[in-house]
Amino acid sequence: MKPKRVWRRKRAIPIRIPPHIPFLLPFAFLVTLFFFVPVVLNILLAFTDMDFAMHWNFVGLKNYFRFFTDRIIPKVLLNTVIYVTATLAINVGLGLVLGILSTYYVPENVGLLFRAIWLLPRMTPPVVYALLWLWVLDPTEYGLLNMLIGQNVNWTMQHPLGVVIIVNGMVGASFGMIIFSAAIKSIPRDYIMAAQVDGASNWQIVRRIIIPLLRWPLMFVTSWQTLSLLTSYEYILLVTDGGPFYKSEVWSLYAYHTAFSHQLYGYGAAIAMVLVIVAIVVTMIMLKIFGFRRLMELAGGG
Amino acid sequence: MASIRLERLTKRFGKVVAVNNLSLEVRDGEFIALLGPSGCGKTTTLLMIAGIYRPTEGKIYFDDVLVNDVAPKDRYVGLVFQSYALYPHMRVYDNIAFPLRLAKVPRKEIDRKVHEVAKLTKIEELLDRMPGQLSGGQQQRVALCRALVKEPEILLLDEPLSNLDARLRIETRAEIKRLQRELGITSILVTHDQVEALTMSERVAVMHQGVLQQYGPPDELYDRPRNLFVASFIGDPPMNLIPVEFKETNGKPSLVADGFVLPLGEAWGKVLGQMDQGKFTLGIRPEDVRLSTEKEENALLGEVFLTEPLGGGTLVHFRFGEISFRALASREIKVEVGDKLWIVPDQEKMHLFTSDGLSVREVGRQDAHQG
Repeated sequence: MKPKRVWRRKRAIPIRIPPHIPFLLPFAFLVTLFFFVPVVLNILLAFTDMDFAMHWNFVGLKNYFRFFTDRIIPKVLLNTVIYVTATLAINVGLGLVLGILSTYYVPENVGLLFRAIWLLPRMTPPVVYALLWLWVLDPTEYGLLNMLIGQNVNWTMQHPLGVVIIVNGMVGASFGMIIFSAAIKSIPRDYIMAAQVDGASNWQIVRRIIIPLLRWPLMFVTSWQTLSLLTSYEYILLVTDGGPFYKSEVWSLYAYHTAFSHQLYGYGAAIAMVLVIVAIVVTMIMLKIFGFRRLMELAGGG
Repeated sequence: MASIRLERLTKRFGKVVAVNNLSLEVRDGEFIALLGPSGCGKTTTLLMIAGIYRPTEGKIYFDDVLVNDVAPKDRYVGLVFQSYALYPHMRVYDNIAFPLRLAKVPRKEIDRKVHEVAKLTKIEELLDRMPGQLSGGQQQRVALCRALVKEPEILLLDEPLSNLDARLRIETRAEIKRLQRELGITSILVTHDQVEALTMSERVAVMHQGVLQQYGPPDELYDRPRNLFVASFIGDPPMNLIPVEFKETNGKPSLVADGFVLPLGEAWGKVLGQMDQGKFTLGIRPEDVRLSTEKEENALLGEVFLTEPLGGGTLVHFRFGEISFRALASREIKVEVGDKLWIVPDQEKMHLFTSDGLSVREVGRQDAHQG
């Protein structure tokens, strides 16, 4: 005979550490050390007038008052707006053009090679990339650009902001290019073929099928690049160092110069704090414009 | 409307030959099907006709005009994709209007035509929806509308029913056939489903590994398969295919395999006696077999191994050694597992294939041609 089965209820389980916690710990430690602690330090620092003497001397909102009366700030803000807008246009626009060209208009292997080459500056250290540009823009007749046009133009002195925009745009466009070309490749071939049969030319397919289907990656690249342009300064530092006379000085670089060139750590921290707040606000506005929430709902719904 | 002629059409992707030396003709207003297992080159053929793929070799004629170098948009072809390929960012209305807008048709005209074709396929109430909000059957209709709205000369259907559920498939099958007949458009249906091909089209081209196997009306494919592939591919339940040897047994010409002896009638005995080979594949459709409890001439005795009631009849499985044999029994006969029954094949409807896979009937015909 079969043994009688007893349907036992599950016993209460004693509280235990969930098994994923130990795995998370090392990285949580790194994030805390390198991201969280600096943020807290920066917030605190912005309330002090710390200088080269390195004293934690709390002065309240003094640094923020100084920010709004600083005579250099309007110039820096204007530069930032011009630099971010123009570079963003290149990053997204050129990225889109390159992405479409290298995936849709040329054979697969040619496109791949082209994208790999365009991606090189992203893999080289910024110093090398900046140095190459300095050679191209050399003010003497030995500069590549001057050789090509047959004149001696002092590019970094005469058009500092333009130079900074081009240098950043060229390397920045590779990001959009990679994202967009991946997105284009994930568009089902059937849509393109259907449009061909429906009578669309290549340009019509790009404009009416491909670009509308790139809405999400366009939004992602635009907001990501805006943030990164607002906060990064290494190429500007290396090429013009914000000069001449603050002509290419942008917000993040000004914070850096204030803190590390003039050794006004407290004031530099305050400049950076305002920038962080502005960046957050700008991002929120962008997500609103692009209808981020609706997009997420659509993605979740099916 | 237009006739289509394919001449020695070949398409290679690198080293892979997708379509090999395909010649085919479609009459004006005819509905044909390209039938074959996946990867047989039928969709590639369709896309070459649509102008999306360029043939590696060979020629495509519409109405005796060479169209190899004509762009897809100038071919007046409507194409329905297996995936429907409705543009996900456009409303149904805009999807259907898309080809007309590209052709710069005036707005009022577009509006009229879109409503007309939507009425034809009964989707008028869906025009404001997005494709993502439609069911599979509705999407299928929209795709058909988009193909028909530009009043194409040729309608190409790539597995249009494969994403629908069984009942909807039967309805849509009839619907498409009705539309095709009403509009009289020359149509090519690509499918891997023999029922679809046989029920919808006037002629069926069976393809295998890029090569055309047989092209003819459904009856002809069913009754006179040219080769082993067509014989095995067409028919459900599938044809019994048994490797046999032609031998004299008990004084009668017979087909013999391990545990299997089928005496032949006079006609077959004569035909096979003249062939210079002894090994064949015997093909018998389950429905071309009669089951009997009495001993009969030209029959063989088998023991029932398994029965499958199909509603309309019963599929009876026999085993002879390694060979399994299916026969369709009418409802009147009660069959139980373990019964011993005489299997009487209809010798007129039997098929024999040579070791090259060619039908013996076909060999005879070719000999006649050569002689």
